[in-house]
Amino acid sequence: MDLDDTPEQAAYRAQVRSWLDEHSSEAPVLQGPGAITDEDEIVAARRAWQGKLAEGGLAGVTWPKEYGGQGLGPIEQVICNQEIARAKVPGILDAIGVGMLGPTIIAHGSDEQKGRYLGPMLHGDEVWCQLFSEPAAGSDLAAVQARARQQDDGSWRLSGQKVWTTNAQFASYGLLLARTDPDVPKHKGLTMFIVPIDAPGVTVRGLRQISGEAEFNEVFFDDVALDEGAVVGGVGNGWGTALTTLMYERVTIGLGGEGLGYNSTRFAAALARDPDARRDPEVRHQLGQIASELLAVRFTGYRTLTALQKGQIPGPEAGLAKVTIVNGAIKAGDLIADVVGPDALAQDSEWAYMISFLPGLKSAGGTEEILRNTIGERVLGLPPEPRLDKGIPFSELRSKEGAPA
Amino acid sequence: MNLALSDEQEFLREAARGTLSRFKTVEAAREALDTPMGTDGDQSALPDLWPTACEAGWPGLLIDEAHGGAGLDAFDAMLVMGECGRVLAGVALLGHLPATAILDDSPNAAEFMADLASGARRAAYLPAQPPGDLDERWSADPASGFARGDLPVAGAGGRDSDNGRVALTGSFAFVPDAPGANVLVGVAVRDGLPVGVAVLADAPGVQVTPVTRYDVTRSLGHVTLKDSPAVVLDAPVESLAGAWHLAQALIAAESLGSVETALEVSVAYAKERFTFGRAIGSYQAVKHSLTEVLRGLENGRSLLYYAGWARRGAPGEFALAANSARSVASRALDHAARTMISVHGGIGATWEHDAPLYFRRAQLSRRLLGGTGSATDRVAGELLAQADAA
Repeated sequence: MDLDDTPEQAAYRAQVRSWLDEHSSEAPVLQGPGAITDEDEIVAARRAWQGKLAEGGLAGVTWPKEYGGQGLGPIEQVICNQEIARAKVPGILDAIGVGMLGPTIIAHGSDEQKGRYLGPMLHGDEVWCQLFSEPAAGSDLAAVQARARQQDDGSWRLSGQKVWTTNAQFASYGLLLARTDPDVPKHKGLTMFIVPIDAPGVTVRGLRQISGEAEFNEVFFDDVALDEGAVVGGVGNGWGTALTTLMYERVTIGLGGEGLGYNSTRFAAALARDPDARRDPEVRHQLGQIASELLAVRFTGYRTLTALQKGQIPGPEAGLAKVTIVNGAIKAGDLIADVVGPDALAQDSEWAYMISFLPGLKSAGGTEEILRNTIGERVLGLPPEPRLDKGIPFSELRSKEGAPA
Repeated sequence: MNLALSDEQEFLREAARGTLSRFKTVEAAREALDTPMGTDGDQSALPDLWPTACEAGWPGLLIDEAHGGAGLDAFDAMLVMGECGRVLAGVALLGHLPATAILDDSPNAAEFMADLASGARRAAYLPAQPPGDLDERWSADPASGFARGDLPVAGAGGRDSDNGRVALTGSFAFVPDAPGANVLVGVAVRDGLPVGVAVLADAPGVQVTPVTRYDVTRSLGHVTLKDSPAVVLDAPVESLAGAWHLAQALIAAESLGSVETALEVSVAYAKERFTFGRAIGSYQAVKHSLTEVLRGLENGRSLLYYAGWARRGAPGEFALAANSARSVASRALDHAARTMISVHGGIGATWEHDAPLYFRRAQLSRRLLGGTGSATDRVAGELLAQADAA
């Protein structure tokens, strides 16, 4: 049992570190003195930086070499992430594309799609977004209503709405899950598409959240034309394709949980600054409870890595780490704000931002309740909740719900 | 990066499970509740598991091979403790192992080690809590109440003589596995500084009063020392503090073993018990409660790995790791034991069910060895100190 690098891993780490030593002065400055503040400039600078990381082999670490990746394993990806954090430079801008959507295209896409899209994605020339969730389809993702209808010439027409779309405001493409056959049970009538965000009929609108900032978007599709080659993984196979993306999402969350900045070190540092709070038994007790759980998540991550190293795929239990992180951070935000007082809620306070962000994060990637259902059923083997939608064509289901299909 | 059980550790765990399965420890735990304790603290209803532990080599787990032990590390000991916790087996390791950890770090105790490693003689650790932010003394668990006790002062009795012996006067309450132990190992204060001490249980002025509280599988004793001759050990002070943290890690591991059983039994019942035409495990209220038990178990397990690695791999973090494990494991067992009762409905609160035995274990465990609250406070203290150093 150890946390050490193997000789091969140490060599890889040294290689990454030496690249960063040489190039980190070229990275955009996003915090502190001299930081870029204009949103458009930030995006442009981060795209350029992603290109440099890709050239240096620090993006797409786990991608196969034939698509511009390094053909390495998840442990090397983590080493790369650690070194990027250590060098205090930004990582890749398009973590969603490179981490989840690219691997989905690699697994299910046509040769033509792989040849056309993967290179520009990896280098940040074209940023991607994930067009899965809808206002009425989140945890129950297979209930998506965005409708694509095939035309006589084989092309498609797409209408509908997506929501919670990160990066859509500057994305070139999105991977979109649409309903192509409402007359079969809901998981069967879905198809995955590649959608150009600049296509006529696509509208991206910022979605402001509790903090007042718009970190996500709503994306509207009004009779958008897509050609036949936009389908990924075959017509009617959209659910299987989506599951691949969700599997990579779990891996990303499992490996990057602490990357969200919700960790015991940061919270303890905030309380250490207050000489009275740090000697208050109740404050200490709450800090100890919160921090011990967040520390556990760090080591759960190492366990996940060990499993990945042995070729095992992390299961849905990795989702429990997300529950711990989000709820721990919510309690930490409350505790810190109780100690600091109303100033913690000032407009420019990091704590106000965190406190505002977390209630939404609780539902991101599936609500806590749906996660607990999944884990209860797949890990503990408990019987599923009886379902009223099994085997029923989606159109009938919709009419039962009192809405037009 | 390797945070998984080795083949040897898998074997150690499976062997421990197999060994303990030969005894009806859970049934015995129930029967013992109705059986009066003997005058020497023995429970006739409970199997004597020490000979079995000796056969398996558990007493020497943490003792160096050169001293006749297995030379294994804290994580291996935690695996065995977990198996004991699964079946509520009262093996006197919670007292013995931290004591041997101090003695193994004391060159002048070398002559004792072979017998302690074989289990021919048994040690008990006199729990001494190292100073923290809010209490700058070394302190002992009190027999009652919130105020912590002072450690014995070495030499106060004036029998300070040759061979490095001192006289000890003082008391320790609720000492795990003290009844029947041959040697008591702990910490005393000499000239204002902590020193390791070892006292033979049959030495003059030593009194060990067996006590049981609520969970009779747990052997406890109140220890009083009056001018008792003790050997001053040359273990470094880090070793004395380390024994406290090790005890926290061991009780955490034992607790998580109990959580495993509570979860397995509850899940099995939730699959087979039907209400309103459905297995109760299909209801979200039950399912979510059980996944919360799993969450506590998985978090606790991760922290056992942290503690197991840190004791040798990052000694400066061992206090943080071990106390985090204790804090999380204790809450996990509290929740698991209550969930075990509630998932079973009314039957879970009856004498013939196993759930109350796990509940009793949870209730007592969280109040031993400083209590879970002091472990949680130390997590905060260690992290605040880390923040200051950063």
